[in-house]
Amino acid sequence: MINPFRIVGHGVLGACETVGEIVLFAFRAVARGLAGPYYLHQIWRQMVDIGYYSLPVVGLTAIFTGMVLALQSYTGFSRFEAESAIATIVVLSMTRELGPVLAGLMVAGRVGASMAAELGTMRVTEQIDALSTLSTDPMKYLIFPRLLAGMLMLPLLVLIADVIGVMGGYLVGVFKLGFGPVEYINRTFEFLQAEDVISGLVKAAVFGFLVALMGCYQGYNSGRGAQGVGTATTRAVVSASILILTANYIVTEIFFSR
Amino acid sequence: MSRAKIEISGLSKSFGSKKVLRSLDLDVPEGQSVVVIGGSGTGKSVLLKCVLGLMEPDAGSIRIDGEEMVGASRLTVEQLRRKFGMLFQGAALFDSIPVWENVTFGLLATGRIERRDAREKAVETLARVGLPAETANLFPAELSGGMQKRVGLARAIAAEPEIIFFDEPTTGLDPIMADVINDLIRDCVKELGATALSITHDMASVRKIADRVAMLYDGRIIWEGPVADIENSGNAYVDQFIHGHAHGPIQFGQPARSA
Repeated sequence: MINPFRIVGHGVLGACETVGEIVLFAFRAVARGLAGPYYLHQIWRQMVDIGYYSLPVVGLTAIFTGMVLALQSYTGFSRFEAESAIATIVVLSMTRELGPVLAGLMVAGRVGASMAAELGTMRVTEQIDALSTLSTDPMKYLIFPRLLAGMLMLPLLVLIADVIGVMGGYLVGVFKLGFGPVEYINRTFEFLQAEDVISGLVKAAVFGFLVALMGCYQGYNSGRGAQGVGTATTRAVVSASILILTANYIVTEIFFSR
Repeated sequence: MSRAKIEISGLSKSFGSKKVLRSLDLDVPEGQSVVVIGGSGTGKSVLLKCVLGLMEPDAGSIRIDGEEMVGASRLTVEQLRRKFGMLFQGAALFDSIPVWENVTFGLLATGRIERRDAREKAVETLARVGLPAETANLFPAELSGGMQKRVGLARAIAAEPEIIFFDEPTTGLDPIMADVINDLIRDCVKELGATALSITHDMASVRKIADRVAMLYDGRIIWEGPVADIENSGNAYVDQFIHGHAHGPIQFGQPARSA
């Protein structure tokens, strides 16, 4: 007979075990990575891969999000004659929320998947074992550079996404909704505070770390064969996306309580 | 027989309820080439991974030059690994870097060579395995299976290790290329005066590269002796394996308990 307590208990214990493994994996990678030696070439390569090559997808997402935001806000706010708040709505939404979350999700799809696939293939073809036999700690050589690059590059991407998103709102506001250019820009900066931007950048750093962590963890512990690598890739994207949304609330709550 | 370079005793490893290695004992004498033979799934790769420190055994001892490896600190294991060279089954070349960097990777990682001298060293090592200098600039994906194995061998010997491990060195190669690789292995090990531990089920390879042969079955070494004695081992399991007979004491799914 099926015992529901056994199934639930098994699931809870399995989840706890996985969380523990991920935390230990992250701790080991950071502790060993910080101890050096630093593989600067690897760090640079990851920074270019995460930052530079994600620019088109993040930029496109940001500009259309900014444009849609302006249109939707206009539709809603014109009902109670508050159209003038559109620029403020666009900039606050982009910097505090949509910039980091959308960039995080896009990078999770592009970079998290590629990290999991690359490391998974390295695991399956014994390249990770080969690194160990060549006196190179895979944690220092493969994992730490990815975590560091993820944490450094996502804030930079988000900063660019914020600017592009606001520009998208500006284009719609000025050329479609008839706002004056100077008026729109003044409204954009009128209520914007440093904390709005900073909170978004802090979120981005957390998301960057989480995306890289899930890509690395799933790839590093990938199962055998093509199916193992495929599963690792899917898990990396799904788990990173869920963690981004969860961490988003937690970081927002922290900033909100201040 | 010379002193043991690698001493393995009481080595056990299980995966869940499956016992792969059962208190295995094996000594690899210094300067000799020992080949472990055995069917697929008998634990040859697990044995090799335990000796390389890539897998933690459940029990037992592995001593390299008398120094214990099981349960040793990461630093000790890293120091011991500096004595190792390893040729992986699929070569395991790093596909994001060119051949010359692959060959000198271990030397660069341990600071035993300057980056500006690495290419020259790589070309020199590639020549030892019969590859032209132009190969140095290629990427692993541009090489054939045989060339990848040669580059893997070059990487294994580049640091002139004291011990070289070979994991199924001829798997996936045509018979001629397999023979070329066997010759290279034999020559490189002799030239370096290294100790070698290989695992394979290719008997042509065994006859070419082994000084001594050990047969792994049911998680234990059931026979060990000089390669010249393998035809007259007096062991029914060894006889069945080396002649590739479908019928005999080795039955799929019914591992024997005693040899």
